[in-house]
Amino acid sequence: MDIPKPAAALKVELPRGRELAKSLTGIRGLDEITRGGLPAGRPTLVCGGPGSGKTLLAVTFLVNGAVEYGEPGVLMTFEENVEEIASDVTSLGYDMPALIAAGKLAVDYVRVERSEIEETGEYDLEGLFVRLNYAIDSVGAKRVVLDTIESLFSGLKDDAILRAELRRLFRWLKDKGVTTIITGERGDGLLTKQGLEEYVSDAVILLDHRVHDQVSTRRLRVVKYRGSYHGTNEYPFLIDASGISVLPVSSMALEHQAPLDRIQTGVPRLDGMLGDKGYYRGSTVLVSGSAGTGKTSLAAHFLDAACRRGERCLCFLFEESPHQLLRNMRSIGVDLQPWVEAGLLVFHADRPSRYGLETHLATMHLLVAESKPSVVVIDPVTNLMTVGTFADVQAMLTRMIDHLKTENITAVLTSLTPGLTDVERTETSISSLMDTWIVLTNDNVAGHHRRGLYVLKSRGMAHSNELREFVLTDHGFDLDAAGGRGASDNHGPSVFERRERHAVV
Amino acid sequence: MQLSDSGTATPPPAEKAYRLRLYVAGQTPKSLSAFRNLKEICEEHLQGRYEIEVIDLLENPQLAQGDQILALPTLVRRLPEPIKKIIGDLSNTERVLVGLDLQERRQGTR
Repeated sequence: MDIPKPAAALKVELPRGRELAKSLTGIRGLDEITRGGLPAGRPTLVCGGPGSGKTLLAVTFLVNGAVEYGEPGVLMTFEENVEEIASDVTSLGYDMPALIAAGKLAVDYVRVERSEIEETGEYDLEGLFVRLNYAIDSVGAKRVVLDTIESLFSGLKDDAILRAELRRLFRWLKDKGVTTIITGERGDGLLTKQGLEEYVSDAVILLDHRVHDQVSTRRLRVVKYRGSYHGTNEYPFLIDASGISVLPVSSMALEHQAPLDRIQTGVPRLDGMLGDKGYYRGSTVLVSGSAGTGKTSLAAHFLDAACRRGERCLCFLFEESPHQLLRNMRSIGVDLQPWVEAGLLVFHADRPSRYGLETHLATMHLLVAESKPSVVVIDPVTNLMTVGTFADVQAMLTRMIDHLKTENITAVLTSLTPGLTDVERTETSISSLMDTWIVLTNDNVAGHHRRGLYVLKSRGMAHSNELREFVLTDHGFDLDAAGGRGASDNHGPSVFERRERHAVV
Repeated sequence: MQLSDSGTATPPPAEKAYRLRLYVAGQTPKSLSAFRNLKEICEEHLQGRYEIEVIDLLENPQLAQGDQILALPTLVRRLPEPIKKIIGDLSNTERVLVGLDLQERRQGTR
């Protein structure tokens, strides 16, 4: 495992054999952040507000243990009964009744009703220990989940006894050598309402469910992990049809390769403007312009060219549906349909407002991992700006771009500029992340509408400084030749001349 | 909840018959004093109308789940219904009586 250089210099390296034993959760991303899972044979506290996914995370840990790692588990639930929990996770494909029947899982629902219990004199929670012990022994459990043990505080009056017993319980679990998840409800100023973090000192994971502008985002943070190096950032996580996945998206250092090979833009004359060879592979390209300047068309050419080379492409649409895009591109002679059918081109269309930024990021991440594209298009990336604050969007894009670079994926992001002016100013937020920035313009000169293209920047290559004129024809993006009639000479209805020429051809 | 049991194992008991079950885990001081206290209370208030069954969960751990036993000792009044639970060593006689419905709850005890 690589420890970042500065930390390594300060840190005394533990001998490898003494690395803390860990227990895999099987949850995508979480095992990476924790470098191998939860501390084996010790309790981990998972806390978060209502609906933050605590129970699901815990149950996933158990089910994966039973199914994937040959470690039977015990679920002791204090809030929902067995049927409720089982039906909650059925949609994820977890068949709890079958696991119970197979002796891989034991479930005990502990119900405490204050109104039914009279307390008189001294007592302890030995009954709880007996039940837990019985359940553990009945399946030979290696994993235990207590969800949510804090419910006991509302069921029993004597807090002092309860606290003493919980302390004893966690020590007992440790002695028993079972890997335990204890869930706890987030409290005011505390990680959990009853301060359980005081008793569980090995690892603490915090789940968060925030709503910003009516859009919700889930995040996970490893607050503490005694004896182990771990990612400390907040990581977005997703709960979808396949369960929980956490994205260690910001774990990457700035260490991606800078490949030298080039990738064609799909417009030969644009390749020409970019040192004759096109974009660098693994670079990020911003195509910006106001409405109707041809951003999507340029991106479509790029996709088409990549598919022609047999490369896989992933295209995120935040404005149009795939059908709309296919139809529109066909009108300029770019037919992407065959590539979709061949499985080379995958579209993913979403309303930006449907989820929070983190969720978008997470979804994009998952899709990239699934379809392993060599080319990604995001059209338009600016639509994501409506979802979060400026800083959030920038952070999210940085992480996304970082990830794509690490994977050596070439990305073309289109950006809608609100007005006709100030193109360069409005995008300073993300432009610093871009390797190549192509600006598309629309000019009305002497009553004529003319389209222009220039390369504002392109790192690491000699590129043209010209503002070239182009037209969108029924056979595509037609860029002026070098030194041709550019938009820089502000005279003449060149578009019409060119149209006539095409008509002849 | 079922108010009358259709099984023959529990025939309709005589008026005010008390079936009590005391859950303990081993012979700890708490469990011993709970049993002693219970015995005294029953003799005084329920003479001839009660039956005590002691269940040691160390021997029969599987029985803990059925009656939702958590704290020990726990006294469960199985009959008359509804089921009542009293936890602790039963040292507070008044509370035990309240818990068994043998005495009205006083103002301010709760």
